[in-house]
Amino acid sequence: MIRSDAAREQATRLADKVGALKREAAMRKARRQNPIVPPDNVAGRAMVLVIAIMTFLSCLTLGAVTLVRDTATTWQTQIAREATIQIKPVEGLDMEEALASAQRIAAGYRGVRSASIVDRAATARLLEPWLGPGLNIDDLPVPRLVIITIDPAERPDFAAMREELAQAVPSATLDDHRTWVDRLVAMARSTVAIGIGVLALMLSATGLTVIFATRGAMVGNGHVIEVLHFVGAEAGLIAREFRRHFLLAGMRGAAAGGLTAIVVFVIFSWWSSRNVATPEGDQAAALFGNFSIGLSGYLGVGLIVVLIAILTAATSHITVIRYLRRIDI
Amino acid sequence: MIRFENVGLRYGMGTEVLRDVSFFLQERSFQFLSGPSGTGKTTLLRLLFLSLKPTRGLITIFGKDRSRITREELPLIRRRIGIVFQDFRLLDHLTTYENVALPLRVRGREEASYRSDVVELLKWVGLGDRMHVFPPVLSGGEKQRAAIARALIEQPQILLADEPTGNVDPQLARRLLRLLIELNRLGTAVVIATHDIGLMEQVDARRMILSGGRLEIYD
Repeated sequence: MIRSDAAREQATRLADKVGALKREAAMRKARRQNPIVPPDNVAGRAMVLVIAIMTFLSCLTLGAVTLVRDTATTWQTQIAREATIQIKPVEGLDMEEALASAQRIAAGYRGVRSASIVDRAATARLLEPWLGPGLNIDDLPVPRLVIITIDPAERPDFAAMREELAQAVPSATLDDHRTWVDRLVAMARSTVAIGIGVLALMLSATGLTVIFATRGAMVGNGHVIEVLHFVGAEAGLIAREFRRHFLLAGMRGAAAGGLTAIVVFVIFSWWSSRNVATPEGDQAAALFGNFSIGLSGYLGVGLIVVLIAILTAATSHITVIRYLRRIDI
Repeated sequence: MIRFENVGLRYGMGTEVLRDVSFFLQERSFQFLSGPSGTGKTTLLRLLFLSLKPTRGLITIFGKDRSRITREELPLIRRRIGIVFQDFRLLDHLTTYENVALPLRVRGREEASYRSDVVELLKWVGLGDRMHVFPPVLSGGEKQRAAIARALIEQPQILLADEPTGNVDPQLARRLLRLLIELNRLGTAVVIATHDIGLMEQVDARRMILSGGRLEIYD
């Protein structure tokens, strides 16, 4: 009995405390003032949407340019990482000895990681698509190859190697893939330059669209600026209030667009990693690498988001200041 | 307090809207500014409120030459002048209370420091029970009183009212006029721009009549 009385008393005290807390919360809520800048109207919401779409497109363009740049670099380094010695069969040449000699010469140079002879079976496999299976390589005067893997950071002296090979094995030719590499470098550079051009156009279009959308959203706020001005608000305060409001709105739209772009890249990356060793996956990987835009790509997306938010805030600031100059003739 | 000497104003290259306007507004004075529509009443109020500069003549406000007042000084001087616009200019996204408190809020004052003053003023203009509603649900008269309260919250030295009774019925117009007279008795100079002769006949006050851009004063 005593215990139940005590429990009831405790419950009553608890209920009183909860009631007091609720009343305090309600009073605090009533005291919370509405922001001086009105919440987004239709034009404001449209501005956020436009910013989100343009940021999304800009980030996609940036990601695509990053992808192309990385892929072009990979192409270059992969091809530049190998060189080939080709030995043509000539009268009186001991092919195996010539191959061993060429391998030895190549391996002796600094910057050569390995030099391996493409053996008979492998050579036959290489020719199989053209000459069919069951090929006896000894029946044909087939040139043989030594594949040299080189250190891209420290390229060997190919001129000296070529000279030494010419003396030891006169029928050997050294192909350092220079022509290919040069062409690829030129192609990759022009592709990246085109990409950067497209990105610049996209960012300019985004900038202009953001400026016009912000100005459109500001049109509906003319009366607010006017009233604030007439009740004695200083220009700095009015500009600050609008700048803060539009910075947040711009950040909201830009973050939504940037995040969506990141999600698209993550999905593509996930799709390409799931499709490794399938014909479609290999095709896509051959063209675009692994679809990952890397840290620099993500940092770029972040930078675009921040820049667009700043641009929105700056546009609203300039609009307020110009409006105020017009009010006081 | 405010002196106009041979003030003239034209918009752009047009003809003069106001010509050789001279008068002196004394502290604690009460006057009507009248004249047919389009004769420059609102323009004269805008000159008094410093939102226009005269094209000629001299205006002295609170001892300062208007032509020497900088853009940065304007807000400080405007705090000494209350204005009631014909179209009220209340902000629809703020409550009546917040609209009235706006001049104090933009000066960076803490809400707790002015809450009781705003509530008291709202009660004085008869809006004690309407302080937490938004302007779109207020009647014309209530909006007008809210606009007057906003103009008075900083205890200005002069109140300018542009057609304060233009949107209300005669009974409410009389109530508003009584409110402005009481305000004047408390020490604020009042200028009421109106073309309502009935309203002017209710008070024995100075009349400033604008006609053809010129001002005639009947004390």
